[in-house]
Parts: sequence; C-alpha cells; structure tokens
Amino acid sequence: MKNNYDILVVDDEQVVIDAVVKICSEDGFYVDSALDANEAIQKLNRNSYKLIVCDIMMPGTDGFGLMNVLSEQKISTPVIMTTGYSTVENAVKSLLMGAIDFIPKPFTADELSNSVIRGMNYLKLQNMVNNSDSNSDIVYVPCPAKYFRLGNISWVCEENTGSVLIGANDLFVKTINSVSGIELFNTDDEVVQGNACAFIKDKDERMHPLLSPLSGRIIEVNEAIINNKNLIEKDPYFEGWFYRILPSDSEYEFKNLINCSSDRL
Amino acid sequence: MFKKIGFKLILVVGITAVVIIGIFSYYNIKSHSNALIAEVERHANQLSETVKHSTRYDMLLNQRERLHNIINTIGEQPGIQSVRVLNKVGEIIYSSHEDDIGKMVDKNAESCYVCHNANEPLQRLPIKERTRIFKPLPESAHSENPSRVLGIITPIYNEPSCYEADCHAHEKEQTVLGVLDITISLQDVDEQIEQAEIDTVIFALSAVIVFSLLLWFVVKRWVDKPVKDLVTATHEVGTGNLNYTINEKRNDEFGLLAKSFNNMTQKLSEARIQLFQSDKMASLGRLAAGVAHEINNPLTGVLTYSSFLLKKTENNPEIHNDLKVIVRETKRSREIVKSLLDFARQSVPKKNPVNITDVIEKSISVVENQLAINHIELKKNLKQDLPLITLDSNQMQQVFINLLVNASDAIGKKGGTITISTDLIKLSPYGITHIKKATCPKRHDLMDNEIKIDGMPSIKLKVYSSGRTGFINLDPVYGRHHHLINWNLNPNDLRVVCPECETSLLNSHKCPECAALAYSIEVPSQGTIEGCLSNDCSWQKWDFVDVGGLKEYCEIKISDTGIGIPKENLPKIFEPFYSTKGQKGTGLGLSVIWGIIDNHNGTIKVDSEINKGTTFTIHIPCLTAVNKN
Repeated sequence: MKNNYDILVVDDEQVVIDAVVKICSEDGFYVDSALDANEAIQKLNRNSYKLIVCDIMMPGTDGFGLMNVLSEQKISTPVIMTTGYSTVENAVKSLLMGAIDFIPKPFTADELSNSVIRGMNYLKLQNMVNNSDSNSDIVYVPCPAKYFRLGNISWVCEENTGSVLIGANDLFVKTINSVSGIELFNTDDEVVQGNACAFIKDKDERMHPLLSPLSGRIIEVNEAIINNKNLIEKDPYFEGWFYRILPSDSEYEFKNLINCSSDRL
Repeated sequence: MFKKIGFKLILVVGITAVVIIGIFSYYNIKSHSNALIAEVERHANQLSETVKHSTRYDMLLNQRERLHNIINTIGEQPGIQSVRVLNKVGEIIYSSHEDDIGKMVDKNAESCYVCHNANEPLQRLPIKERTRIFKPLPESAHSENPSRVLGIITPIYNEPSCYEADCHAHEKEQTVLGVLDITISLQDVDEQIEQAEIDTVIFALSAVIVFSLLLWFVVKRWVDKPVKDLVTATHEVGTGNLNYTINEKRNDEFGLLAKSFNNMTQKLSEARIQLFQSDKMASLGRLAAGVAHEINNPLTGVLTYSSFLLKKTENNPEIHNDLKVIVRETKRSREIVKSLLDFARQSVPKKNPVNITDVIEKSISVVENQLAINHIELKKNLKQDLPLITLDSNQMQQVFINLLVNASDAIGKKGGTITISTDLIKLSPYGITHIKKATCPKRHDLMDNEIKIDGMPSIKLKVYSSGRTGFINLDPVYGRHHHLINWNLNPNDLRVVCPECETSLLNSHKCPECAALAYSIEVPSQGTIEGCLSNDCSWQKWDFVDVGGLKEYCEIKISDTGIGIPKENLPKIFEPFYSTKGQKGTGLGLSVIWGIIDNHNGTIKVDSEINKGTTFTIHIPCLTAVNKN
C-alpha cells in the first residue's frame, strides 16, 4: 500500500539515518529511509515523499546517479544533498544538477532542520506556482537576464570594472520565514563558491547560510541591507545586493552557474 | 682501454706521425746518400784525371817502372781500392795489385760494359756514365769484408805525342789507347749513410714517442679528465644524485658543457621537487578525501545527536554546558577535517586578522599533555601587544603543533626544554620581497611560469650577446640573486630585450658599483627594478620598496634541546618525504609547513647543532605590510 511520507533520507551510514530520523521526527516530519540508491528508487516508486535528503558518496549508484534516475523517471521531489566529502565541487555540482540545497557533513541538528524547513517552504512555493493561474500574483521573482545563479540560492551579476555583485535569490529568501536579521562577512574576507558567505536569520532565530555563487575577496559590503533588512525581500536583485567581490577564478566558476537568461525561454 | 677516445686519438695521430716522419726520413737519407756519392764521384774523377796527367810524361817516355811506382803509391792510399790501366784489348798492363797485371778483363765486366754493350764501342762518355757502383764478388775481392765500391774509368785518348813518340807503341789511327780504371771503396760513405739511417730511425721513433706522450698528456688533461668527470656526473645523476655538480672553472667547451650540465641537473632537481610536491599533493588529496569521508560520517552522528540534545536540555544548565563543549569541539573537528581537505586541494587560505599569540596558545594547549608526559619543559617567551597578522589560524595552528611535536620527538623521553618565543622585528625588503609581476615598458608580462626559481615564477629576459641569442631568468626575490644565466654574457656586447616586443630593457645608467650594463624592468604600480647584468656583481635596486624602509615582521622561534639535525640534512628537511622518523612519520610535515608559511608570504628557516638542539625561525609580515601589498 502507498504511504505518504514527508522525507526520504538516503545514506549508507545507519547512524546518519538514525540522526536525521530523530531530528526530523522531532520537527514533526514523517521520515522514511533507504541505505542505497536502488532501495531509494524502489521506495520512491512505491510511496510518495515531499523531500529527499540524499548522501552523495554511496556504494553502487551515488547521489548524483540517483538524481539522474529521478530526472529520467520524472520524479520532481526536491532533493537536499549532503556529503562527508564536502568539497566545493560537490556542493556546486549538486546545485547545478537541481538539488535545492547542499549541507556539508557533519551538520548540526539545527543546520539540518533549517534546511528541511526551507525545503518544505520551497515545496509550498512550487505548489503555489503550479496551482496558480497566469493572472494571479507572482509567487517569486526569477533572477534577471544576464545574471547567473547558483542553484536557486544566490546570484551573481558582472560589473564592467571586473568586480561582481552577489546576492540572494528571491526564491531562497522566500523560503525563509520573514527575515529578522543578517550576519555578514567583512570587507577583505575571502568567500568561496558553494560555501556560506552570509547568514540570514528568520523570525524563529533560525540561521540560514547563503552559499556564495563565486569565490573571491569582498571589496564592499552593502551597508543598506544591514540597516534595512527588508531590502533583500523587496528588491533582492538590485538594491538588495550583499557584496561586491573581486572574483578569483570566475572563468572556471561561471561554468558551475546557471545563466538566468536561459530561465526565461 | 683500446675503446677509449683518447687512445683512438693517440693511435690515429701516432700513425700519421710515423707515416710522415717515415716518408721524410726516406727522402732525407736518399738525398743525403746521393750527395755523398756525388762527392765521391767528383773526388774519383779528379783523382783519375790527376793520375792520368801525372803519368802522362812517364807514359810518353815509356818509363814503366815509374808508372808502377806512381800507381802503387796512389793505390796504397786509404779508401782507394785499386788503380789499373788497361790497354785497348782488355789486358791489365798496370795495377796497384801486382798479381792482376797481365790478366785479361772480360768485355762484359762492369768497367767495360758501358762502352762495349753497343755493337760499336763508344769512345767518348760523360762522367756519369763512366762511374759505376758495384759490390765486388767475394772471390775477386781483395779485402775480406767486401763493401760497395765506386769505379771510374777514364779513357786515355791517342795524341800526336803518343804516336810520334820514339817507342812507336801506338798507331796514329787508334782513338783510345787504353783505360785508366780506379775503384774507390765506399765503405766510409756506406758507414756514414748507415749511421744517418740509424740516426733518422732513432729520431723518428723518439719523435713519435714524444709526440704521442705529449698528445696523451694533452688528451688526458684537457679531454680525458673532463670527459671522465662528465661520465661520473651523468652516472651520479643517472643513479638519482641530482645535487652532483661539475667544476665549471674551465673556459673551453667543456666548461660550457659543465655549466649547461649543472644547469640541467638543477632544472631536473627542481622538476623532481615539483613532481614530488604534486605527487605528494595528489596522495595527500586522496588520503584527505578518504579520511574526510570516513571521519565526517561518525562526526555527523556525534554532532547531530549532541546538537539535538543541546536543544532539548536548555532547562538543565549542567548537562547543557557540557553538551555545548561537545558541540563546540565537534565543530572544531569539522573545521580541521575541512581544512585538511582545503589544504590538500591547495585552496586559498582563509585569512583573517588574528592575534598570533592566541594561535600559539591554542596550539600549545593541544600538545601540552604530551610534553608533560615526556618530561619536557615548555618555556614561553611571548611578546605581548603584537600587531594583528592576517593569516589562516587553522593552518597556522597546524604549523605550530607540527613544529612542537617535532621538537618533542627530537628531545625524546629523556626530557628537555622547548622554548617558543615571539618578537616584532624589522627586516629590510632586500632579499625578502617577492616580485610577483614584472613587465617591459610596453606592458608585456615578463613572468615565466615554466621556469621557476625556488618554486616561484622567474622573470624572463631575452638577451643578445656576441652574436648569440638566449634567455636569462632572474630571481623573483629582490636581492637574492638566484638568477639562471646559463651562458657567459659578454658585458661589452650585450642587448637585453622583452621576449615579446623586443623593446630594450637596458638601463640608461650603468651599474654604479661595477660600471657594467644594467637592466631595468617595471613592476606595475610599484616602480621599476634595476639590476646589474654582470655575473660577478649583485647590485639591484628597487626604489619603491627601498623607500618603504624596514618592514615589520612577526618572528616566531621554536627551539628545542633535542638531538639536532646533521648539517648535510638541513637543506633537505623541507623536501616532501624527507623523514627521520622512519616508519613513524610520513615525511610530509615540514614540506606542508613550508607551503603554509609560503602561502602567508612568510619565510621559515632552520638552524641546528647536533646534540645541542634545533631552532625554527618563522617570519610573517605584519598587517601593515600586507595591506601595502
């Protein structure tokens, strides 16, 4: 018989599964688990899940392989990727392949549950898009043409001077329940693609990391968003930018980003 | 031995010398003996003419006794074998040997052959034809040891006084009355020629020997030895000793060869170190990936459960605080694993302005217990109020922990002291500052990433000198002078240009120290660097940096009273896989440390004395210096 679960956790380590089950159950989610990709696919075909939390490094088919199978079988369940081999490459590859989030292992209970909560919000937003007719309100603003985005999390906009502006995607901000605070890095700090470059606090004091779309050195921090936190919700792509950075290896890193112009075709 | 190039050379030259001297000697002896024979001939001719003329009167008077006397007297002279007078039918009428008188001489005998071989006897002969050299048959010889003899016949012609004489011995119609035949022994001449032959052979042999010896010495001195050195060196390099160098002092082609050989081995050893480095990085990367994955999973268990419990125990402060420690330390482990991964991938260090004293204190707290167990006293001599330094505190902590553990290992279990001290010092930029970018006046990049000097990209200049073209690579560290100049530049005929646009890089002024030509290259927005092009001069000037004066550096010294490092090992200790700990160590520690310090624009050096101890000195530029860069 078909069961309706909230979350399917796929990991080859029982202790990780146990931890995820424990944390998510505490948050009120109904969690199922699979020890490898094949079992996950069988369960996905049998039951319905809202969200998948998936490890990358697994014996047999790995996390990326599982994502390929999902897109082949047209299973649109959002995926949160996690791995012990938490390199920049794995993070950006996951997001490029369509994962909605990436959590490097080891993670804390809060980091996991925050990501899961954002995932659930993401699902709600997507359902609103799917259910709304074309005349109704815009659910979220896609990033403008000529911008590039890291998954649905952050964007980057090239400036003529060689520096770039980076900021948070509207969809990402919308998955956070009302921004109550922002923690920013300082000028001259280094940011690394796929690693946290800022933390956004929601009304429940949960910290949500913003993954940087590019690596580089911060040359200017947007003071306006510190004073006016709503700016990142109101005008996420222009006035609500986070940093101006000098990219260190933009040529290579841009290959990991999605061109926002292609979203509009 | 016979296959050696020197031997072959000597053999060929020796044979040539033998042939040349042989031919020369042959013709020399020949001409010498010809001259001697001609002299004897002349002498014989003169003698026979003398005999003829001095006997003429007696002949006319038909005074036979006197004639006999004269001929005998002459015939007794040394060297003269015989004097004979033959009448026209071949009968010997006078002879210095009495027993020959009256004998008939065969017409075919030597003395007669010249005239009588023709059908009609010749009557007048040139002197050459009248002489003959022959070896008398032993039985007819008058001496026991017959030597060559020269015979000369002089015809006695009929004259009016002969047929008009009273004796009427000769008819008027006769043309030749008889022949005067004198034979002269060539013994002296032959001896002289023989002596000359022996002399020449001795001379030729000694010339060849002296020549070969000289050649052998020259070949040994100028060819054999350098070739041998080169063979030894290639063998050494072939077996892996890339530190082997050849003496470059010679100023011939072998000197050049030695220079380019040394340069080649230097390049090879640099390439090998780089290969080691990348190999090390690759294996470290694989190791880190494995470790990260393996450790991160259990850490996930610890971190999730502890952070989960942390949330649930907010009402129980005692447990809550303990859990906080667990969560904090697990997060720290997470950072360590992450930095391991980051370092393996040589990512940009995460630099923040930090207090170096804090980093050192944290590092000490990690190893304190271990030191106490080994009875090692740790003396801290930390200067307070050090300026903040921009560095990756995790990586720097790794450096200090590594050095402290090394120091503890060097001391062993017998106990000792480790001293860690910090200070603020000022260093001249000369010999330290790294030139990271250099251009020609037209802004072409001069940095050469392929040829690195001590691991840093060098500055490449194109050079024309004495009709040759080549490149020189300058040391990118200002004032250090580890330049790569592989050939002798002629300071008087020199042109230094940008490899790309051929714009001259020669300085308008000459070197103020040695007046040789100098180069001038630009550093974008940091002025120009000038330097002397002479090999023997080390003048270099960079106003932009010099004006800044002394730069502030934080100096960290870690000394131990351990076993020390042998002098010959000191240059190797920062090489990857160099380890004295045998199975215990991986040999990666110090090379990784070097990499981290280098990443922070710092330097690390080591001083050591056997059984006294070792001191590592680290210099890291302070914040102000970094900002200016």
